[in-house]
Amino acid sequence: MAPLLELHDVTARYGQVHALHGVSLAVDEGQIVAVLGANGAGKTTTLRAVSGTVRRDGEIRFAGKALGRHGPEAVARLGIAHVPEGRGTFAELTVWENLRLGGYSRRASLKDDFVRVLEYFPWLEERRSQQAGTLSGGEQQMLALARAFMQRPRLLLLDEPSLGLAPLLVTEVFRIVKELNETTGLTVLVVEQNAHIALQVAQTAYVLEVGRVALSGPSAELREHESVRRSYLGY
Amino acid sequence: MVELARRFVVRERRPRRTRTGVSAPVLAGLAAACIFLVIGCLSSSIFAQQTVAGLAQGVIFSSLALSLVLIYRATEVINFAQGEMAMATTYTAYQLTLWGISYWLAFFLTLGIAFVFGVVVQVAVIRPVQHSVIAVVIVTVGLFLLIDGLVTWRFGADLKFMQAPFGNAVYHVGDVTFARQDLGTLIVSIVSVLLLWALFRFTKLGLAMRAAALRPAAAALVGVRVNWMLAIGWGLAAVLGAVAGLMTEPTQFLQPTMMQAVLLYAFAAAVLGGLESPAGAVIGGLALGVFLNLVGQYVGFATSELRLPIAFAVLLGVLLLKPTGIFGHKKVQRV
Repeated sequence: MAPLLELHDVTARYGQVHALHGVSLAVDEGQIVAVLGANGAGKTTTLRAVSGTVRRDGEIRFAGKALGRHGPEAVARLGIAHVPEGRGTFAELTVWENLRLGGYSRRASLKDDFVRVLEYFPWLEERRSQQAGTLSGGEQQMLALARAFMQRPRLLLLDEPSLGLAPLLVTEVFRIVKELNETTGLTVLVVEQNAHIALQVAQTAYVLEVGRVALSGPSAELREHESVRRSYLGY
Repeated sequence: MVELARRFVVRERRPRRTRTGVSAPVLAGLAAACIFLVIGCLSSSIFAQQTVAGLAQGVIFSSLALSLVLIYRATEVINFAQGEMAMATTYTAYQLTLWGISYWLAFFLTLGIAFVFGVVVQVAVIRPVQHSVIAVVIVTVGLFLLIDGLVTWRFGADLKFMQAPFGNAVYHVGDVTFARQDLGTLIVSIVSVLLLWALFRFTKLGLAMRAAALRPAAAALVGVRVNWMLAIGWGLAAVLGAVAGLMTEPTQFLQPTMMQAVLLYAFAAAVLGGLESPAGAVIGGLALGVFLNLVGQYVGFATSELRLPIAFAVLLGVLLLKPTGIFGHKKVQRV
């Protein structure tokens, strides 16, 4: 079976600065795939290339369809939810409005989705009319995740979910992602600095170095790999 | 790399504040002003008459101010052509009535035409330059001149007259006289503002428009067609402008310059209200209308030539006391 998401020799640049020099990777349906790498290796840009928020070249196929010239709106409508790094929430809108926006491109009633999302994030109910900008960083991260689930994506792009969160919250975020992956078969491509937790949750991982894939394989193998251990796991 | 990404791609603008919060002193001031007006109206019939006439004038400033705020929130520029767009749509209504269409049918047709007009303006001339605020400002100034020229070329600069939409009847309540025209203007404008508010507050489209205006990059990621939302915003602003134009016509009559002073008052009202606050624009417009009328009535030297200078003196005074406008607020964001 062809992978759900496939990048072949993808390049991207910001103005004159090249960020990706030909990245190829594949994400199978139902998998969690992690992208590791140092600052500036092109992890975030890889996700941006998929969601169409950076100028990119090369071949990107999602569910057999070439994403080529699709802008972010069109990519979102194909069933790809991108939770950008840091604050992807609408700080000025209420929690509930944020969730409603998640279901924006779907026509059907959102009732079931609200129920489903509240199962994972029950505290959202009592904060529903609170402004998203007044939530703590961790809560905003959770809200961004909840909003992404409202999109009912086939593929979730998750950028540095651990950034700025307390360790306990990081574990919680990854637990929920893992659970959704197991119960609903959600496919996830996650970029993460915290290699420990990423390699625990993901089945497959890619290591980026200066805009290229340096290493890839099953997480279990990468965990044992000499250079990964030294550079990213620190032992 | 992340820094670069922010610089080049993310169209996220400067961090915006949280919700429109009205500070206690402002609320107290508004309440005091209302009490003052009520007492004045009860004790003097001339005062009551001037207040109602002032509200009718002010609500026109409010409509146009609100359309300025709508565009300012989405595009972060003042549309200097807003008044001329309103004037052009009023001429459209005039043309429709010349063709034999009844006033109110022409009124609603004009609102539809205004919407399309606003959308087309955004798509055709604003969108190509929207990456640069200064370019957009210059384009709107150019539009001002263009529309002015085209309308004068087509209709001439002399006064034209339309049928009075509400007739010339007056109502007597005690010894106070109200013009039906003023009441009609108030009702039509308030209804349009309320409808617009409901659209933004309660509909999915309104939510998407707010999201697109606040955080275009994030809105695109959930599938909102940001460019379309901006275009629709321009369309709605043009509709409000058309209402303001059509309601101005009975007192100013049709001429190419009819909206120029109104635009200045509307601008003053919008800034008074904090420029980003729709409620502020509405209240700013009403306050300005009433204030100018009362000053004209009771302050001897304040002849009509001084109306505009007085309006801007008030604006200056308010901005010195509260630089963000009465409904403005400092930008706060929890990190």
